[in-house]
Formats: sequence, structure tokens, C-alpha cells
Amino acid sequence: MAVTLERPAPAPLRETKPRKTRDRHHRGVSRWVVLAVVTVAALVMLVPFVFMLLNAFKSPGDYSSAGPLSWPTEFYTKGLTTYWNQVNFPLKFWNSLLIAGSVAVLGVVVSVLNAYALGIGRVKGRLWIVGLFLLANMLPQEALIYPLYYISKQIGLYNTQLSVIIIFTVIQSAFGTYLLASVLGTFPKSVLEAASLDGAGKWTVLWRVVFPNLRPTLAVLLIFFFIWTWNEFLIPLVMLIDNSTQTIPVALASLQGDRLMDAPTTNAGALISLVPAILFFIVFQRTLSRGITAGAEK
Amino acid sequence: MAVTETPAPRRAEKRKRGGGRAGYWLYLIPGAVLFILVIGLPLAGTLYLSLTKWSGVGDPTFIGFDNYTRLFQDEVFWTSFKNTVAMIVAMVVAPTLFGLLLAATLFDVIGRKFKPRTASALRAIFYLPQVLPVVVAGIVWGWILRPDGAFNSLLDSIGLGALRHDWLGDPNTALPSVMAVMIWVQIGYPVVVFMAALQRVDPELYEAAEVDGANWWHRFRSITLAQIRPETFVVALTCTIAALKVFGPVFALTRGGPENATNVPSYFAYFTFFKKLQVGYGSAISTVLTLIIIIVAAVFIYLQYRSERQDREV
Repeated sequence: MAVTLERPAPAPLRETKPRKTRDRHHRGVSRWVVLAVVTVAALVMLVPFVFMLLNAFKSPGDYSSAGPLSWPTEFYTKGLTTYWNQVNFPLKFWNSLLIAGSVAVLGVVVSVLNAYALGIGRVKGRLWIVGLFLLANMLPQEALIYPLYYISKQIGLYNTQLSVIIIFTVIQSAFGTYLLASVLGTFPKSVLEAASLDGAGKWTVLWRVVFPNLRPTLAVLLIFFFIWTWNEFLIPLVMLIDNSTQTIPVALASLQGDRLMDAPTTNAGALISLVPAILFFIVFQRTLSRGITAGAEK
Repeated sequence: MAVTETPAPRRAEKRKRGGGRAGYWLYLIPGAVLFILVIGLPLAGTLYLSLTKWSGVGDPTFIGFDNYTRLFQDEVFWTSFKNTVAMIVAMVVAPTLFGLLLAATLFDVIGRKFKPRTASALRAIFYLPQVLPVVVAGIVWGWILRPDGAFNSLLDSIGLGALRHDWLGDPNTALPSVMAVMIWVQIGYPVVVFMAALQRVDPELYEAAEVDGANWWHRFRSITLAQIRPETFVVALTCTIAALKVFGPVFALTRGGPENATNVPSYFAYFTFFKKLQVGYGSAISTVLTLIIIIVAAVFIYLQYRSERQDREV
């Protein structure tokens, strides 16, 4: 496939001629000062994580006698196991995974279908429709939550993962439609014409021509939808009230709300809850930083 | 264009040249149905409920605009919007300014004078809070800022014990504390976007400026800022909307307290819906918030459009 939709940077980075401007930042000390300042700022960003790690492996007795800053006297893992068992963490993990994973896949599918009709099909009134999707993406969830809560109670979807999956599929695909419609708006006409001259129907064109070209963008979108949904809070908080359906953030927040946890358990719970997100971040970091640019291009 | 291996002609009799437009809207059906069910109807429902008095059980009573007149006299409502302005400072203004400075430094100084890897490692650290569930981060911060939390212990250990404080429990310090946490949460987003934006700026611009004797500040102002204006707009718009909608961190840190010192419209609406069971009033709060968001977004998009048009005319 020679047609990629990732727009090349308008001004390609030229290989600059061997540094003739070597003394740009006065070469010597000042660049080290800059590095030191930025590094210190970065370390300050990490301080909360250090506090959390320091106290996640501390026994409650140790915490109350030596305080939050001391080095743990023993490597205490009971806080972690207590939290793990108390909230049934594997189940919470599965709920989060099920919801975020389904939303990512379904959201991308719906986005592609919408964007195909809007960007390539150029259906009538598409500007208004795209505007509507953009608007939906900006709506505060409070403007939808009560009717959603009420309707799902009526039809028996309340307190099911399915309710949250459906809601976020729509909310995320609103953004996906907006993004993909503008990407597909620039899809080379000649390719589409060539395909339809070969007799390919719309469905075939979508899956054999458009889809393969979009794949890099869709991968980014998939990861975005996954992480955004994984981190969502208000709608899961309202819709999922049961231990068997709650997601990781909701589980931690409701335990914290009950004031049932001492500081080491809070930190242990937070640590467990952050690990999956940090793992995704590490795994997908490169795809993501590419994708953030795509998002910024509107 | 290497797309010649299209499948064997299936419906060759189909009209060529795009095959007409009629069929495309079929692809819109699943999205449209879902959209109407999950966005359209609930939004209309909220609009209607904002004109009623309802506890969530039985039938809503239509009361016209009473909820709105009550809303505009409600001090909590005004406080919550005043706090939104603070959130905009913490989530838009400060991160954008620091983000510009950091991104320019990371890209221009550290990326060039040291290894690019150093710059991307530092970038990753700044971005880290952005990938975490914000509620979980909020819970950790809530503990750090507690009277017996890590921050006060830190003050003690560096001899500033006199400053010990119940940071989130005192109405005077609660809002600044929440703002500080929000800066920590947000800062990575502009840094990453701006660094990506800087990569498409032609390095020759900088070189030419240097030949002309422009110092770092001049280059920053007239090249960096001018070149990445589109991204600045996007960052400012998305962050402003996020600030208007902020809920999770407030829920995790303070539940809007103490004495509404950190209450924000979305938490106010949530609390009115589900704790006070005043569905009509909660709907009115949500409706006003929605309107404000639409207006803010429209203003942003208009400004962006105008500045793009000016660029083209220049």
C-alpha cells in the first residue's frame, strides 16, 4: 500500500549541516544548569510516586510510629495482599479490561463506519453531523447521566458492564468519528475511483482499500479509547454499584470513601491500581507519542 | 499508488465513479441509532427534567423555569463557577505556559545539546501523571496532603514544621492545594503536544534567526510561539473543556469541601442528583454547564478560524 494517511510533516527535518552554530547556548555551563533545573522539576513530578512506594510496603504499626517518610523496617506485603483480596482485585481487573477492551474495539468500528459515510461518502449535511459528534464529545457527562441511569434501571441494564460499554462506545466514537472524518476527507480520490472502476462495491472499498490505509491511525485510536475508558470515573461510579461489576478506579474510590483503609493499605491499593496503567504506558509509549501528534492535527 | 490488487469485479454493473452517494448513509445507521439512544435522548431528557421537580421516583412535576431562578440565587452555584475559573488557571493557563517553556527547553536545549534520549526520558516523566486513572492519583494526593500525611512530614523534616497544615481541610488552602495537584496532573499533555509540534518547525528558521543575532527569548517568541500556534489552540481548547468538566480529582480529594471551597459545577450536579435526590435542580445545573461549554468551544473555534484566515491573508 503506497498510500499512507499519516500526513508527513510539512517542513521535513533537514539533516542540518554539521553544527556550525556550536556555541548556541554558550556551550559550557549554562546548558548544564538548564539540564539540572529541568531534571529537578522532573524529580519533583515523581515525588508522589516515591511517597506511595515508600508506604505501600510498610506495616500499619511502622507507619504510625515512624511516619510517612521513614524507610520501611521490613518488606511488608500484607497491605498489598489485604487490598488484593478485600476488593477481589483480579475481578476488578477483568471488569476494567472487559469494559475498556470492548469499548476500544466497538468504538473504533463505529468510528470507521461513521467516518466512511461522512469523509468518503460525503453524505448530505455532513458538516452538521460532524459538528454534532464534536459537540457530543464535549458534553459534560452530567448532562446525560441521570436519564442514562434511569433508563438503564428501567430496562435492566443498571449495574451491568454492558451499560457502561454501550455508553462509552458512543462517547469515544464521537471523537473517533470527528477525527477520522477529517482524515478520510483527504483520502486520494484517484484510489477510490480506481477501485470502483475495478467494480468494487462500497463495502469492499471500505475493507480492502480504506481500512488498510487507516490502520496506523486506528491503532492509535484503539489505544486512546482503551486508556480513556480505563481511566473513566463518573459514569462507572454511577452505573456500577456492585463489587462484581466495578472497575479498578471505582473500587479504590469507594473503599477510600468508606474510610476503611489505613494509610499503608491506601498506598498499596493505589499502587496495585496504577500498575496496569503504567504498563500500558510503557508498552504503547511509542505508538502513543505518534498518536498525540495525530490528535493535535485536529 | 499501488492499490491495484483490488478484488475481482463483484458488481461490475454498478455505476462507476463512486457508485452514487445514496448508499453511504447506510453506514451511518449503527452510529446514528447509538448516538440518539445514548446522547440525543438523554440530553433531551435532562433539558426537560430541568423544568421539573423530581426526586427520581413517581412522576416529575412541571415547574417551568423555577430551577433556573433558584440556581441564579444559589450561592453554591456561583462559588462552583468561581472555582471553575481557578481550575482553568490550574489546568489551562499554568500548564500551557510551563508546557511551552518546558517543551522549548527540552527540544531546543536538552534535545540538541545532550542526547535526544535524555529529552524523551524527561518528557515521559512529565507525561506519566496523564496516563494514570486521575481518581487513583487523587487518592494518593489526598493522603499526601492529609494532616498526618507525607507533605507535612516533609515540611517537618526540612525544618519548616511551623507550616504544618490541614491542606485540604482548611477552606483557605483547599482550593490552592487542589489547583497544585491539577497542575501536576495536566503539565505533561502540553509538553508532549508542543514537543511534537516543534519537530515540524524548520530548523533553518532558527539558524537564520541566530545569524541575525536573535537571542533565545527572541527566537522563542517570534519563531516557536508563532509556529506552534495551531497546537496551542488545540491544547487550550481541550484543556479548558476538561477544566469545565473536572469531576474525578475533586471527588477523590475533597468531595467539594470544605464548605464548598472546592466545589465545581460537575460535582455540584452529581451531588444534587444522587445525594440530595433533586433531579430537576441537578438537571438545571448540568444544562447551564453544557451551555457554557458550548459557548466557550464556539468562541475558541471562531478565534482559531479567524487567526488561520489572517495567516492566509498575510
